[in-house]
Amino acid sequence: MKPLTPSATPLDLKMVRVRLAGMSGRQYWRSLEELAQTKDFQEMLHREFPSQASEFTDEVSRRNFLKLMGASLALAGLTACTRQPMQQIVPYVRQPEEIVPGIPLYFATAMPFDGFGIGLLALSYEGHPTKIEGNPGHPTSLGATSVFQQAAILDLYDPDRSQAVTNAGEVSSWSLFLTTLINALEQQQSKRGAGLRILTETITSPTLASQLQNLLKKYPDAKWHQYQPTARNNAREGARMAFGEVVETRYYFNKARVILSLESDFLFSHPAGLRHTRQFTNGRRISKESTAMNRLYVVESTPTVTGSMADHRLPISSADVEGLARSLAQQVGVVMGSNVNASPADPHDKWIAAVARDLQNNRGASIVVAGEQQPPIVHALAHMMNQVLGNFGKTMDFTASAEAQPVNQVQSLRELVQDMDAGRVDCLVMMGGNPVFAAPADFQFAERLSKVKLRIHLSPGQDETSAYCHWHIPESHFLEAWSDVRAFDGTASIIQPLIHPLYDSRSAHELIEVMMLQPTRLGYDIVRDYWKSQIRGADFEQSWRRALHDGVITGTELQARQVQIKMSEGVPKASNRQGDKFANLEVSFLPDPGIWDGRFANNGWLQEIPRPFSKLTWDNAALVSPALAERIHVTNGDVVELRYKGRSVRAPIWITPGQAESSVTLHFGYGRTRVGRVGEGTGFNAYALRTSDAMWFGPGLEMIKTGERYLLASTQNNHNIQGRDIVRSGTVEEFRTKPDFIHEEEETPRRDDTLYNPEEYKSNDPAWGMVINLTTCIGCNACVVACQSENNIPVVGKDQVARGRDMLWIRVDQYFQGSVDNPRVSNQPVPCMHCEHAPCELVCPVEATLHDHEGLNLQVYNRCVGTRYCSNNCPYKVRRFNFFSYNDYRDESLRPMRNPNVTVRWRGVMEKCTYCIQRIAVTRITAKKEERRIGGNEVMTACQQVCPAEAIVFGDINDPNSNVAKHKAQPLNYSMLGELNTRPRTTYLAKLTNPNPELENQASKT
Amino acid sequence: MPDDANKIADPESNDRNYVVSPLGYPARVLGPGETYETVTDKIATVVLKQPYPKGWWIGFGISFALLMLFLYAVTYLLYRGVGIWGINIPIAWGFAIINFVWWIGIGHAGTFISAILLLVMQKWRTSINRLTEAMTLFAVACAGMFPLLHLGRPWLFYWLIPYPDTMGLWPQFRSPLVWDVFAVSTYFTVSLIFWYAGLIPDLATLRDRAQTRGKQFFYGVLALGWRGSAKHWQRHQSAYLLLAGLATPLVLSVHSVVSFDFSVAIVPGWHSTIFPPYFVAGAIYSGFAMVLNIVIPLRKLYGLQSLVTMRHLNNMANIMLATGLMVSYGYLMEAFMAWYSGDIFEQYMMLNRAFGPYGWVFWLLMLCNVLIPQVLWSRHVRTTPILLFIVALFVNVGMWLERFVIVVTSLHRDFVPSVWRMYYPTVWDWATFIGSIGLFLTLLFLFIRFLPMISISEVRELVAEHEEVEK
Repeated sequence: MKPLTPSATPLDLKMVRVRLAGMSGRQYWRSLEELAQTKDFQEMLHREFPSQASEFTDEVSRRNFLKLMGASLALAGLTACTRQPMQQIVPYVRQPEEIVPGIPLYFATAMPFDGFGIGLLALSYEGHPTKIEGNPGHPTSLGATSVFQQAAILDLYDPDRSQAVTNAGEVSSWSLFLTTLINALEQQQSKRGAGLRILTETITSPTLASQLQNLLKKYPDAKWHQYQPTARNNAREGARMAFGEVVETRYYFNKARVILSLESDFLFSHPAGLRHTRQFTNGRRISKESTAMNRLYVVESTPTVTGSMADHRLPISSADVEGLARSLAQQVGVVMGSNVNASPADPHDKWIAAVARDLQNNRGASIVVAGEQQPPIVHALAHMMNQVLGNFGKTMDFTASAEAQPVNQVQSLRELVQDMDAGRVDCLVMMGGNPVFAAPADFQFAERLSKVKLRIHLSPGQDETSAYCHWHIPESHFLEAWSDVRAFDGTASIIQPLIHPLYDSRSAHELIEVMMLQPTRLGYDIVRDYWKSQIRGADFEQSWRRALHDGVITGTELQARQVQIKMSEGVPKASNRQGDKFANLEVSFLPDPGIWDGRFANNGWLQEIPRPFSKLTWDNAALVSPALAERIHVTNGDVVELRYKGRSVRAPIWITPGQAESSVTLHFGYGRTRVGRVGEGTGFNAYALRTSDAMWFGPGLEMIKTGERYLLASTQNNHNIQGRDIVRSGTVEEFRTKPDFIHEEEETPRRDDTLYNPEEYKSNDPAWGMVINLTTCIGCNACVVACQSENNIPVVGKDQVARGRDMLWIRVDQYFQGSVDNPRVSNQPVPCMHCEHAPCELVCPVEATLHDHEGLNLQVYNRCVGTRYCSNNCPYKVRRFNFFSYNDYRDESLRPMRNPNVTVRWRGVMEKCTYCIQRIAVTRITAKKEERRIGGNEVMTACQQVCPAEAIVFGDINDPNSNVAKHKAQPLNYSMLGELNTRPRTTYLAKLTNPNPELENQASKT
Repeated sequence: MPDDANKIADPESNDRNYVVSPLGYPARVLGPGETYETVTDKIATVVLKQPYPKGWWIGFGISFALLMLFLYAVTYLLYRGVGIWGINIPIAWGFAIINFVWWIGIGHAGTFISAILLLVMQKWRTSINRLTEAMTLFAVACAGMFPLLHLGRPWLFYWLIPYPDTMGLWPQFRSPLVWDVFAVSTYFTVSLIFWYAGLIPDLATLRDRAQTRGKQFFYGVLALGWRGSAKHWQRHQSAYLLLAGLATPLVLSVHSVVSFDFSVAIVPGWHSTIFPPYFVAGAIYSGFAMVLNIVIPLRKLYGLQSLVTMRHLNNMANIMLATGLMVSYGYLMEAFMAWYSGDIFEQYMMLNRAFGPYGWVFWLLMLCNVLIPQVLWSRHVRTTPILLFIVALFVNVGMWLERFVIVVTSLHRDFVPSVWRMYYPTVWDWATFIGSIGLFLTLLFLFIRFLPMISISEVRELVAEHEEVEK
C-alpha cells in the first residue's frame, strides 16, 4: 500500500538552479518559462515551500529554515492583516481603558494536552500571541505550565503547518471537500450511518462531546472511536477492576507524608502533573520553622522526572512491579484471597518491608499511586492498599472521568480496525491524532485504512495519516479557534483564540458542524451556544464573560464520589514470569519527554530541550542500564537492532544510570516520516515495536549489535560532580540536628574582605536576586522552554548541540551520586548567577558586560565584539555565544512570535540570562509613574513564573520582606562556587532528602 | 689574510673545520677569509643576482599556496562566522588564540637577538639579527591577525582601541585584551622601526650596487638618501642604540602581557603568577627554535656558512637549552603549586592535564619541550646543523602544544562538571593555522629575495674587528 501523495521528490529550488546553471540572458528566461510548464515546477509553485527538506538533514543550515519560516510568516502576517476578524474575541483580563500599543494583554485560554485542559494566560501584543503562561486560577495549572504549553506558541507559527485543504496530496478547497463529504454523508443517511466512523483522540470538550452525541443521533449506526497512544486505559481498567466502575483518582499530595509510586510519573506525565508537582513540592519545602517533609518511594524501570525526586528509588523491570505490589499489598494488609503466598521470594524484601512499615505508620497520610504503564491489576492493588491504609477521602478522592466517553481506547481502535478490515467502513473521519504512525503495530492500521472508501483527516500538519487519506483538512491551533476543554478534575475552560486562523484551517467543532448537514455556525457560536444551554443563571452574558476572563467555568469541577472496593474473590493470580534476566530482555515504552507522542516532532524548542537524565536532544535512543551495556559491550551511540515479536527497528544506545538492569526503554514519538523540516530525520520509530498486547512493556526483546554508530547530541556529558560542593545536599535529619550543616567547611570570603565599598548595592535601589530551591526542583525543563520563549532564544539544531553550542540561557544540570545502577539524582537549574564580583566583566575589553546600579550583570549586545573571554572566565559557564547567525534578525516577519521587548541577537555576540530585564524594566516604569518603590515580589522572571514546583524565587533582596530575601536568610542558602568570591546573586537552597532510616544504609550502599 | 682563500670557495667546510676556543667551543663569529668584499658580495648577490635559486622558487611556491589557503579560510570565516571552527562553550578559545601566542612567542627571539644582545655587546648577533628581526615582524603580523579573526564580529576590532568615538565609550582598561592591543601594536611598531633603521645603510649599498634603473630607484627610495657620511653613521648608531633600548623592555613586557590574558582570568590552569616569566622564557625558547629552523636551511641554500657560523648555531642552541630549562621549571612549578595550593580545582586541573582526555598532548609536550632538548647538552648535537634543526622543530611543535594545553585543556574542564566538553579542531582550524605559516613563509621568502637578509654594514664592522684581533 502506498501513500496517496506522490512520493517522487518534487522539483526543488536546488534542482532548478542546477538546471538553470550555464544559461544566461534570454535563454535563461526562456528556460524558466519552459521550466514553469513542467509538472514538477507547477507542483513546486503549488506548494508554498518547495521541498527543501534536503537542506534540513544538516542542521547547520537551520538558518535557512528560519529564513523560510520568516518568509512564510510574512505571508501569514499579510493574511492576518487583511482579513480582520469579525468576531469579538477580546475580553480583557486586565481592564485597560483602551489598547495601548506596546502594552501587551493577557487572555485566558486553555490548551488541551492528552485530551485534558491546562488553563493558560496567553500574552498578546497588538493581536499576536507571543508568550504563554499558566493560569493561576486553573486547578491543573495553578499558574504553571509544562514544556508542552510553553512550546505551543511555536507550533502556532510553525511554517510547516498545513495551510490548505488537500485532496490526495493536491491542494483543493474547503468547498470541494464539502461537496464530497456531503455526498458521502447523504449516502450514509440512508444507511443510518452504518458506514460512518469517527476517530478522535481523548475528548473532554463538552461542546465537542455534545456535537458528537448529536451526530451519533443523526447517524445512529455510526460509531465514534477514540485512540491516543498515551491514553489512560490501564488506570481506567484498574479502577473498573477495583471498584467495578470507571473513576479517576484525585490525589492530594500535599496531605501525604509517605508516597509510593509504582512506576507512576505523576509529576510530569500525568494530566494533573502540574498540580501534583505543586502539591508534592509543598510537602517538601523545609524551613527552620517547619521541618516536616514527605517521603517518596519510587519503583520504576527507567528514571523519570518523578524518580529523580525519590528518597528511595528502586529500579526494577516494569513486569516485576506487579510482584512487588502484591508483596507490598499483602504486607500492608490487603486481603489477597486464595493466592496469598503466590509471589516468590523477592530480592527486594527488605525494601518492601520497610516501605510497608512506613506506609502503615502513616495511615491516612500516604498515597500509593500506580503508573499508566502498569497493568490494571497494579492499579487495583494500589487502590486496595490505599483503602487499607485509610487514605480514601484523606489524601485522595474519586470522581467520574472528565473524559466525554472513557473507553478502553486500544479496544476502541481494535473494533475500528476490524470494521475497516471487513469493509464495513465507508467513510472515516479522523479528527486529530496520527493513527497511521501511532497505532499499535499489529493493527496494521495503514493497510486497513486503505480499505475505507472515503478517508478524511483533520490535523495541524501533513502527517503520516494525511498521506493515506483522500482529504486532509488543516486543523486550527488552539490559539486560533474557539473550543472548550475540561481539566483532569473536570473543571471546564473556554479555549479562547487570540488570533484569527493564520491559514485556511478548521476546528473539530466546525468539521462536525458541517457533518450535521444543517446550516453551519461558526466555532464561536458553537461553543457559546453549547454553554448557553448549560449555564443556568439570570445573566448568561455575564457568566460567559466571567468564564472567559477567569479561564475557568465555575462549578464544573467534578464532585468526589464514594467508591467501594469490589474484589470480593481477592486479587487474581499473578502470571508467572521468570528466567534469566538478561536472556529475557524487557522492552518498555514511554512517551518522549520532549516531543511527547510525536505530535510535537516539528517543534524546535521541544526537540532541543535536553531530556531529563540523558540530556539528549533531537533524538530518542534505546535506554539501557550500565550493567546491560557492559554485558553486551555497547556504548552510547552504538546502533543496535531491536527485534520484538517479529518486528525490528534500529536504534542507538544510550546508557542510562538508574535504568532497571534488564529493561530497555524506548521513547515513542520519534521517527516521523511525514513531518516538517524540523522533525525530519530525527530519531527512530518505537511505535514499530509497540503492539496492542504490549502497549507499555513486554518480555522477549532481542538486541543485536550492528556495528554502526549514530551521533547523539547530548548537552551534558559529565554527570559526576567530582566531589565539588556545587550541589550541596543532606537529609532532613541532618538539618534538624544542625540547620546550617551545609555551611560546614565552607570557605566563602566575608563580604567586607574587600578594598572596595562593602556596602555596595545596599542603597535604596532594588538589588535583584534569585534563589533556586534544589529540594523542590523536579527537573521538568519548563523553565528552559519558558526562557526560550520569553527571550527569543534561537534553536540551533542537532549539529550545533553536538558541537556544544546550545543557546539555552538556563540549563538543568543533573548530577548522579552513588552507584551507576541506581544513582541519587540532583537537579540544578543554572541561569546566570549575576555575580556582584562578576569575573566576566573585568575581562571584557569593550565593556559589553557590566553591572547596573541594581546589581544586574548586563550584556550589551550592540557593544559586544565577541572575544568570548567573558565565557572563558565565567566559572558557571552560563554564557552563550552566537557562533553563527542563529537568528535571522533582518527578517521582519518573524516578529509575530517574538517578544518585542527582547533584542534578537545576531552572529558574533555573547548572550546570557538577563533576569528577564525586560520584565524588570516594565515594572520599573510602572513603579516610577506611580512614584513608589518596586515591590519585592513584583517582578517575576519567566522561569520563576512557569515553575510548577515554585523552586525559583526572584525579587529584591534589599527588601527584607520579599520572598527572595526570606529565602536567602534560610540556613540552607548557599552560593555555588562562593569560595571564588564571585558573590553570586543567584543562590541555591541545598537539596534535602528524607530517607527512611531503615533503608538509609542500604541506599548509601547501593 | 691569514686564512687560505680556498676555504671560502667551499662554504660547507666551515661546518667541518672551525676554530675552537680553549674550552672546545666554536670560536669564530665569521668564517676565515671573510673580507669587506666577500661579505658585501655574498649578501648583496642573494638579492641582486638573477635568476633566483631553484630552492627559492620551490619554497616560495609552497608558501604562497599555503597563503592562498589562509586567504580562503579567512574569507570563509568572515562569511560564516567563527562557528566554522571547533570552538564551543566552554572552550571558547581554540586554535586562534593558541596560534596567536605561538606566533608572538616566535617573534621574541628576533627582538632578543637584535636588542638585548646588542646592548650586552654580543657581537655574534650581527650575522643573524636582520633575519630574526624580519622573522619577528612577520611572526607578529601573523600573530596580530588571530585576535582580530577570532572575534565574533571582527569588523568591529577597532572598538578595542581608545579613540574618541560618537558613542563616548572607551575600551575597558581592566581587560588584558586591551593591554594586548597596546603591547602587540607597540611591539610591531618598534620592531618595524628598529628593523628598518638597521636596513638603511644596507639599502644604500644595494642602491649603489644595483644594475638596473628600477632596482636603483626602489632601493634608492628605501635608503632615504643615505650617503654614509660620518654624521649619518653617528646619528644612525645613536638612533639604533636608542631603539634597542626601547625594544629591550618589550621583549619582557609583550609576552608578559600576553600571559596576562590567561593569568588574570580565574580559570584553573590560567590563574597563576608564574605565567609572565614562564611565558617570556617560552617565547625566547620557541623564537630561537624558529630562528634555527630558518637559518639552518638558508645558510645551506645560499652558502652562508662562513657568515652564520657554527658559533652562532652553538650559541643559539645554548640559549635554547637555557630557556628550555626555565620552561621546564615552569611546568614543574605549575604542578607543584597545584598540589601545594590545596585547591581542588587546581589539583584536578593538573591531574586532568596529565591523565585526562588530552593527556597525550601533555606528554607529547613534555617530550618535545623537556626531554628532547636535553640532547643539547651534547656539543656534538649543538654543532651538527641537521640535528639542531630537528631539535628546534620539536621545540616549535612543543611550544605550540604547550599553548594547546594551556588554552584548551584548562578550559575544557573547569569548575562546573556539567559543562565539561571536548574540543575538536575542524578543517578550518587547521587551514587557518597552516595558512598562517604560509603567510609567514611567504613574507620571509619575499624578504630574502628583496632585502639583505644579513646586515652588510654590521658584518663589515665585524670583519674589521676580526682583522684587528687577528693582526
